Amino acid sequence: MPQLGESVTEGTVGTWLKQPGEPVAKYESLLHVITDKVDTEVPAPEAGTLLEILVPEGETVRVGTVIARLGQAQQTNLQPPVGSLQTNTESQGVSATHISNGDQSSIVNPPALSLSKGQSPISIPQSSIVNRQSPRAFLSPVVARLVAEHDLDVRQITGSGANGRITKQDVMRYLETRPATGDRRPEPVELRPATGDRRPEPIREAREERQDGTQHAVRSPQSAVRSFDLPEDAELLPLTPMRRAIAEHMEHSVRTAPHVTTVMEVDVSAIAMHRARNKEAFERQGVRLTFTPYFVQAVCAGLQAVPVLNSNFTDEGIVVQRRLHVGVAVALNEGLLVPVIRDADEKNLLGLARAVNDLSERARTRRLKPDETQGGTFTITNHGTSGSLFATPIINQPQVGILGVGAIVKRPVVVSQHGVDAIAIKPMCYLSLTFDHRVADGATADAFLVAVKRALEGYA
Amino acid sequence: MAEINLLEAIRQGIDEMMAHDPGVFILGEDVGKRGGVFRVTEGLMDKYGAQRVIDSPLAESVIVGACIGAALNDTRPIAEIQFADFIHPAFNQIVSEAARMRYRSNGDWGVPLVIRAPYGGGIHGALYHSQSIEAFFAHVPGLKVVAPSTPYDAKGLIKSAIEDPDPVLFLEHKKTYRLIKGQVPDHDYRVPIGKAEVKRPGDDITLIAYGLMLHFCLEAAQVLAGDGVSVEVLDLRSLRPLDTEAILGSVRKTGKALVVHEDNLTGGFGGEISALISEHAFEHLDGPVMRLAGPDVPAMPFAKPLEDAFMPSPEKIVAALRKLAAY
Repeated sequence: MPQLGESVTEGTVGTWLKQPGEPVAKYESLLHVITDKVDTEVPAPEAGTLLEILVPEGETVRVGTVIARLGQAQQTNLQPPVGSLQTNTESQGVSATHISNGDQSSIVNPPALSLSKGQSPISIPQSSIVNRQSPRAFLSPVVARLVAEHDLDVRQITGSGANGRITKQDVMRYLETRPATGDRRPEPVELRPATGDRRPEPIREAREERQDGTQHAVRSPQSAVRSFDLPEDAELLPLTPMRRAIAEHMEHSVRTAPHVTTVMEVDVSAIAMHRARNKEAFERQGVRLTFTPYFVQAVCAGLQAVPVLNSNFTDEGIVVQRRLHVGVAVALNEGLLVPVIRDADEKNLLGLARAVNDLSERARTRRLKPDETQGGTFTITNHGTSGSLFATPIINQPQVGILGVGAIVKRPVVVSQHGVDAIAIKPMCYLSLTFDHRVADGATADAFLVAVKRALEGYA
Repeated sequence: MAEINLLEAIRQGIDEMMAHDPGVFILGEDVGKRGGVFRVTEGLMDKYGAQRVIDSPLAESVIVGACIGAALNDTRPIAEIQFADFIHPAFNQIVSEAARMRYRSNGDWGVPLVIRAPYGGGIHGALYHSQSIEAFFAHVPGLKVVAPSTPYDAKGLIKSAIEDPDPVLFLEHKKTYRLIKGQVPDHDYRVPIGKAEVKRPGDDITLIAYGLMLHFCLEAAQVLAGDGVSVEVLDLRSLRPLDTEAILGSVRKTGKALVVHEDNLTGGFGGEISALISEHAFEHLDGPVMRLAGPDVPAMPFAKPLEDAFMPSPEKIVAALRKLAAY
């Protein structure tokens, strides 16, 4: 029974995928094993014939118990089995699964694991592992690196350091004296399911080596961790730290909160006029007046009307934030940053405009301080700047709402005055609110949007 | 080429610089008539006069403070602190004034001052004449700290220190003054500040030291060679700026490192080297970075057995090396 995890001490045989007498290819799935941590298929460590099943389906045995015998077909009835699927018990200080084939001289086994004919069931003589390295024993940083670089099996190397530790010199000596290139490298005899393993698919890699029949090349750490085959006509764009952070954040948010988006249309004539009137005056004070500070103000009005959208969801309850820290998403070539305007409700239009100018400029030039992107309680994303009409933004966790501001477009709309309908040309904009449905329902979210809409349309 | 001791090498270096540059002068206790308690400045007063080799009052803060003022007025003072143990009254002048002047004046003003200080024990000097003070000062940005171990390096470094546009603390291990002799060329040369030197090449362990300990390390490395262990001995020569590339280069080759200093262990300079190695050569390490240092007791004792117990010795270094080799 292989050890399928650090702390796993036993496993249950699920299904035997092969029956005694059936041939098995190396790495072909042999059985299902169920533990409290993982359910996994266990591949055959060597090619051969399944000679005997020792642990039937449904039975739970300790790690290290011999569960089956694997050998060569013709020997089935003539001789005692020559190899067994065996995991060393803890007392032997070795925790991986090994296969031993006493007769197959073409397969180079670690001397400690090779067996004389006739031993059955096969176990590893205690004395032969003296000074042999257990895979879990301490490897110094340099030894770990050399082992990875040269793809060595540490059990092949005799340790001369304290308590049999493999020293750097031991590795160097081993590299000098091991069989020259072209000789068959000892096959890896270790089976490790991909639970927490740094090499996600050791089995596939090993199979590839086997198929092309060539000596194993030194693998760089990068290629060793790639979990898929890159097609020839594809290109791999490595994840920048920002891309990775965005990916993790978005995935986390969508997994965490049930997202619902609701959209309202707003007439921005009032703020457009206000902006036109005040643009120059702001300019004289060194502040570029955009539409964004108006939307920040309107969001503050909305949050004051519907405070529950300025909150965080916890299992113990909804934590409503009294202070309004509004994040404004800034698009960069390589991603997105969300600097936060603190206490946005306490700033006037000039203060907000100045803050938006400053934060977005510093976001673009990467001069934001780390805490300037932290602590937001609500976020605005201006997707309209790239022409988008409405969107379904993803919530910036742990907040519960995000307002998407669409492009401001002049549209013919029906206006009613004193009971008379007329078609007028108005600058219009769609506001898309995505909210966490755990915290609020549609009516609450719409009440927020109505308050935002009112603040914008009645702007004076 | 002549064989001279370390004390004579320093005197020669100062003498040659004084002959060459009239701005170089010496200020310190007993440096003039007596020629210094260790005789480093012997003969210089006769040669250059009492205007350039000045006996000062017993006030280290004044010695360094006056030198800072003089240095700001186009001279190159050499302040002698009679024993490094007595440098502490001048700590404020060195750390808060001399070391910061360049930074404080936005690069416009420098203090081209050399502060010589005999340090270290093993000479039966007891509490007030044995201290190692390098860690206090190597911590200070703006100050250079050098600690040569051979006559060649001492002469080359004292000249570099005098020429340096900023303050240099020049540490001379008392026990090396007359004990360590070596060949020094007749021609004019410099040893650059901030460059370590491999004094003995090796493959298995990097042994890092400076001052007197460097010589103990060389002895220990010789013993280890008999064990079949090849020890590389790196002489730091300068503690600040520290030759990080030399340290990392050697450790990346050997995979193991032992740092030796006489100053006590905790907060000692060995900790900085150890941190440097583990931070930047981690994947090359084949054993823990080890330190051998004086014990954390308040001062070097007077009684010989206690002094021996305090001082790292070739035997203690051999033992530490064997432990590391066996790891």
